[in-house]
Amino acid sequence: MAARKNRKRLEVLEKVPTGITGFDEITQGGLPRGRPTLICGGPGSGKTLFGMEFLMRGATEYGEPGVFISFEETMEEMTKNVASLGFDLKHLMATKKLFFDYVHIERSEIEETGAYDLEGLFIRINDAITIVGAKRVVLDTIESLFAGLPNPFILRAELRRLFRWLKKKGMTAVITGEQGTGSLTRHGMEEYISDCVILLDHRVSGQVSTRRLRILKYRGSTHGANEYPFLIDEKGITVLPISSLGLRHTVTSQRISSGIPRLDAMLGGKGFFRGSSILVSGTAGTGKTSIAAQFAAAGCRRGEKCLFFSFEESPSQIMRNMQSIGVDLQTPVKRGLLEFHAERPTLYGLETHLAAMHKLMQKFKPGIVVIDPVSNLGMVGNEADVKLMLIRLIDYMKEEGITALFTTLTTPGSALEQTEVGISSLTDTWLLLRDIELGGERNRALYVLKSRGMAHSNQIREFLLTDHGVDLLDVYIGPSGVLTGTARLSQESKEREADKMFFQDLECKNLHLENRKKAMEAQIAAMRAELESEAAEVKRLKEQESTRKKERTALQKTMVRMRKAD
Amino acid sequence: MQPKKVKKIKAEVWDLRLYVAGQTSKSLEAFANLKNICEQHLKGKYRIEIIDLLKNPRLAQGDQILAIPTLVRKLPQPLKKIIGDLSNTERVLVGLDIRSGATLP
Repeated sequence: MAARKNRKRLEVLEKVPTGITGFDEITQGGLPRGRPTLICGGPGSGKTLFGMEFLMRGATEYGEPGVFISFEETMEEMTKNVASLGFDLKHLMATKKLFFDYVHIERSEIEETGAYDLEGLFIRINDAITIVGAKRVVLDTIESLFAGLPNPFILRAELRRLFRWLKKKGMTAVITGEQGTGSLTRHGMEEYISDCVILLDHRVSGQVSTRRLRILKYRGSTHGANEYPFLIDEKGITVLPISSLGLRHTVTSQRISSGIPRLDAMLGGKGFFRGSSILVSGTAGTGKTSIAAQFAAAGCRRGEKCLFFSFEESPSQIMRNMQSIGVDLQTPVKRGLLEFHAERPTLYGLETHLAAMHKLMQKFKPGIVVIDPVSNLGMVGNEADVKLMLIRLIDYMKEEGITALFTTLTTPGSALEQTEVGISSLTDTWLLLRDIELGGERNRALYVLKSRGMAHSNQIREFLLTDHGVDLLDVYIGPSGVLTGTARLSQESKEREADKMFFQDLECKNLHLENRKKAMEAQIAAMRAELESEAAEVKRLKEQESTRKKERTALQKTMVRMRKAD
Repeated sequence: MQPKKVKKIKAEVWDLRLYVAGQTSKSLEAFANLKNICEQHLKGKYRIEIIDLLKNPRLAQGDQILAIPTLVRKLPQPLKKIIGDLSNTERVLVGLDIRSGATLP
């Protein structure tokens, strides 16, 4: 009883949402309210931007005005810097949502002549807080004080006092610090700010730069402890949280068409499950992009939105090539249902690709996503990294109920069932395209290697790229397996011949039968005629007989009369 | 409080501002020290202005005041800042660029 009461009275640490995409998810709420948070990182890692976005969004989205104390940039410089991100610093200052103060310490100007404290700084910050009624404070970067002021002991004591003072005032503060060699910050700020420490990392590996964020410490809260990749783009910072890798997504039984009716027939008659992931693998030139494009086009015709990520061809090239097989991708693009995003994979690191795709999917909200080809990502990461990235991607798409189609290139000569990035186990349906070499030619064939959750055909079907799209043809089995191409054509014609011959044979027999029937009928007619004539003869004889009888009787009667005796 | 512009004479006036935050022991000490130094080296040529930042916090921003107490030499140019309670007279003289005993132009 008492325990239950105690549990109710326990206060959970309150958190302040930053409004930075993805960050609030990782921290399960944001930064700790009323406490200072240390953001450390190397130059150019995004610390100032983090602080500025924290204030800006706090002011515009959460109704919490803020104070930005800058030790490095003037207001003009800062206004220009954040303008490129869509933030209007001047406007926020004018509407008293944000207060910007540039604290400048010129080392040469300062001569130390005795004991002092930093009350001036306190007064300035306090003044700023009072003017706008601030709830958030950013100090960027407080380590500049160490460069400016000669006495580190006084400085450290005052900093300690400052943070206690900020805490007392209930300010949620973000302090930025330059990363030192061997320590988190150059001057050891982590001694004073130990409630929450966040590390921003900006490293280059394999000529590709990646930004990563890590929550080193967060007192009073559980937090994700991994490194999270993040992007800085024209909207600010986007952190990519590793969404439920817990395989807890809900599924639907709805089915959608692949765009190729006979393929739908192979897939249990109805097509793919919505929200499933489909892999189309094959060697070069087997028609993977065509199948992907037809799937996308069919989706758009149904009114669904589709995102097409291309890592190899430009959108205009794809559209032109698909036009040649009768798949119209231009109309959905015009109607805004289809969006292409084409980049060489080597442009960014894997995490940046992932984060960028995430953002695009969140913004565009497609029902279908095509990634063509996914094997190219192997250029920017090893197999394990790419697989991890794809796991995250597939997880996200399953959660959102997006149906995903990946194409992947397999190298000729290797076992066809072994894809380059080991992705096949991650996908629900696997369509394998291969070339069948027979009788001096190569023809394309498709078969459904696996399709979870449905009965699927086990046939290897030949498919053609006709001018009205991808078409699957009937199966012709010859003595050596499936027949394709001209072998099929010849088999087809042979069968037609055979059919024709059989038909002709039948016709002949029919005729023959007819003739016999006629003959028999004639015979029967003749017999009947004979019978009739005989019957007539008998009748005549009978008549004759009766006439003779009558005559005899009459004669007898006459004779009796004449004899006058009987 | 604008310092009055004195008549332009060969002997310039030293315009000194002492920034304090309320009446603390440090600020009182600083003021006392300052008065002494000025009487000793700048007799008749100085003007001291006390600015209490607790009453006028906005002025801290204008002159970029961080530490308290801070003494700012506004005139003669260039601007010089000294932080501390001014107990180290040597440093004050160096900081204010007062050559002791020398007559000023």
